[in-house]
Amino acid sequence: MKTGTDLLRVEGLTKAYPGVVANSDVSFTIKPGEVHALLGENGAGKSTLVKMIYGLVKPDKGRMTLRGADYAPSEPRAARASGVAMVFQHFSLFEALNVAENVALGMENPPKMRELAGRIRQVSQAYGLPLDPDRMVGDLSAGERQRVEIIRCLLQDPKLLIMDEPTSVLTPQEVDILFRTLRQLSAEGTAILYISHKLEEIRALCDEATILRRGKVVATCTPRERSAREMAELMVGAVLTPPAKNAKPKGAVALEVTGLSVNSPIPFGTSLKNISFAVRKGEVLGIAGVAGNGQDELLLALSGELKSARDAVKISGAAVGEQGPNERRVLGLVSAPEERLGHAAAPDMSLVENALLSGSVRKGLTTRGFIDWGATRTFAEEIVKEFDVRTPGTWVAARALSGGNLQKFVVGRELSQAPSVIVINQPTWGVDAAAAASIRQAIIDRAADGAAVVVISQDLDELLEIADNFAALNGGAMTVPRPTQGLTIDEIGLMMGGAHGMEVAHVA
Amino acid sequence: MELFGGINPAVLIASLMVAAVPILLAAIGELVVEKAGVLNLGVEGMMIMGAICGFVAAVESGSPLVGFIGGALGAAALSLIFAFLTQVLLANQVATGLALTLFGLGLSSLIGQGYVGIKPPLTGEVPFGPLADIPVIGTILFQHDWMVYASIAVIAAVWAVLRYTRTGLIIRAVGESHDAAHALGYKVIRIRVLAIMFGGAMAGLGGAYISLVRVPQWTDGITAGAGWIALAIVVFASWKPWRVLVGAYLFGGITVLQLNLQAAGARIPVEYLSMSPYLITILVLVIMSADKSRAALNAPAALGRNFHASR
Repeated sequence: MKTGTDLLRVEGLTKAYPGVVANSDVSFTIKPGEVHALLGENGAGKSTLVKMIYGLVKPDKGRMTLRGADYAPSEPRAARASGVAMVFQHFSLFEALNVAENVALGMENPPKMRELAGRIRQVSQAYGLPLDPDRMVGDLSAGERQRVEIIRCLLQDPKLLIMDEPTSVLTPQEVDILFRTLRQLSAEGTAILYISHKLEEIRALCDEATILRRGKVVATCTPRERSAREMAELMVGAVLTPPAKNAKPKGAVALEVTGLSVNSPIPFGTSLKNISFAVRKGEVLGIAGVAGNGQDELLLALSGELKSARDAVKISGAAVGEQGPNERRVLGLVSAPEERLGHAAAPDMSLVENALLSGSVRKGLTTRGFIDWGATRTFAEEIVKEFDVRTPGTWVAARALSGGNLQKFVVGRELSQAPSVIVINQPTWGVDAAAAASIRQAIIDRAADGAAVVVISQDLDELLEIADNFAALNGGAMTVPRPTQGLTIDEIGLMMGGAHGMEVAHVA
Repeated sequence: MELFGGINPAVLIASLMVAAVPILLAAIGELVVEKAGVLNLGVEGMMIMGAICGFVAAVESGSPLVGFIGGALGAAALSLIFAFLTQVLLANQVATGLALTLFGLGLSSLIGQGYVGIKPPLTGEVPFGPLADIPVIGTILFQHDWMVYASIAVIAAVWAVLRYTRTGLIIRAVGESHDAAHALGYKVIRIRVLAIMFGGAMAGLGGAYISLVRVPQWTDGITAGAGWIALAIVVFASWKPWRVLVGAYLFGGITVLQLNLQAAGARIPVEYLSMSPYLITILVLVIMSADKSRAALNAPAALGRNFHASR
């Protein structure tokens, strides 16, 4: 289905925010039924561009045409009325409402609830996306939540479906199912604008690609004809070197977890069920899993924010299950949670103050209750320098840093404390490729220096790259760790719980 | 049919229904506000503004109906200040709400200067004819003024709107996640301002009921903490309309009972009796929030958080 006139034509779109040009003179076209990839690193301007197409942001300059007619949506409602639908990166769902209510909120003229529930069942069967309209969204897995969003779009019979990083929260099996649905849509004539930085996926799915770098179109290509590496280098504009793994023999057990079970303190959270594993000095244990399967809780239980049975967590043989974060820091355990603002860093405090908050114990930044500001500032400056944190100075508030830069700072802060055990959740989330590579290298370097490392991540490629052993969290339980070498993507997918009740869906 | 100390249960129930009207109205208004994700602690201030504006309007016009309308409008106008500060200027909701209470108490006292000692026009009973003469049931159900019935109708209406209509769904959605609602193209600020005004109008009606029916006259600080009880009832009701009715009647009952016990000469110091509704408010809140997960699940997720489109 690639004949006919253009469905959407974007010409010279420009959008500037104070201090940054998000999009500069961006042009591309999409044909009906085409799967078009929008590639670029974080901050390249992909999100701003699709927000303009979806009517959430008004362009400063440029024009768009949809099916030959001028198209300038003033709000998402207008975009939806013209046949443009969007599945968001951070789901635009309401946890305390049920599936049908969530779908109704995204529609212009929703039918009666009972009728809508019937249509949801019908569409979900037609596209192999089973979904119960009466379930509370807060109880659904990430994959199921995405189905809610997709079905919300499909019910409006869109001509163009925008998908913003749809696979970042899915298991490999769920990705397969999603791709089958997208191919079916494409065959029916619906164009798809697909945003991602996962290049293998784009090669498998997309017909055309537009590559953005710092707000500008730097290349267009046909993904099937290019290698993932070529496209990555087009995105980054530089040659990439993958991190080198640590091949040293492993030492004694530094972190031991036995029968760890705790209730989740988070609403709609997942309680941990009888988790056991051990990490040796110099070893990197990668823990995969779809978001919301106990990752946050595991980090809390390991860092000491969530207390457990005394013997459930042992650091170098010392039972610390009942001890808090500072006692564990004394023993050498540092941790970096996923949520940067508000958990890993206090948003309105400066980088120096934030460096003090987690570094005071191990770096000896306080004496008799008084803060040694000189040493703290030096510590913060070292982190900024070593981890290439782009900031005007260490006096700026954590909130003022971009997500990627703050991530470099909080990870760097923990890694710089000469730890013996490191626990990190999502170390490179929202960080661009070059910086991600340097964070990964730093983690591997610390392991080579003899630290035991636990990396929790939803990025499988990342885990396969840095982890010696691999385990997965699924519904609060953890699989037995297996050596990363020799694992296939299928095996990993099964460890992550397969496709959450999806096996039957595509039999027909 | 006499309980100890000469308290008649039928009369007690009838009078608790009357006593509960102000907190009932204020609480159901605040429930809608909180469902939209806004925490307005200025209920007490809005109630007392409703009390004085309603009183002035009724005295000047000679009509209780005009009085109630005036009360609702006066309090809604005050709530607009809150809406402007928190929704447009993004001020802290807790601090602004507390300031609103203090401001309302002072302003009402200023407006009420010339109205102390005046009697407002009487709000009559709804004539149910022979129904009112049925023993017990007649006393409990059919001898009230129309505001008692209106307050129950408001509960039913709010329940039906929140549960069955698209308007209600949008209000709940905005209170659950303003970012998601914004992404879908809903006007978060506008919806919240309207909810705040509804809450103000309901608090005003409740306040006007105090000065026009319950007391009925004007004195400074006439609401005497009813607004705080209304706030507590919303939590007690875990944001469910019919439980607001239960909660308000429970608290109304305690208020009436302690008055009756005082009148019946119970051998408990008066001070303990008068503090009992407030003590029980605190007790109920402590019990309700002891079960963290439950309270957290029922509360609107975006409660008290300001929304700005750029974040």
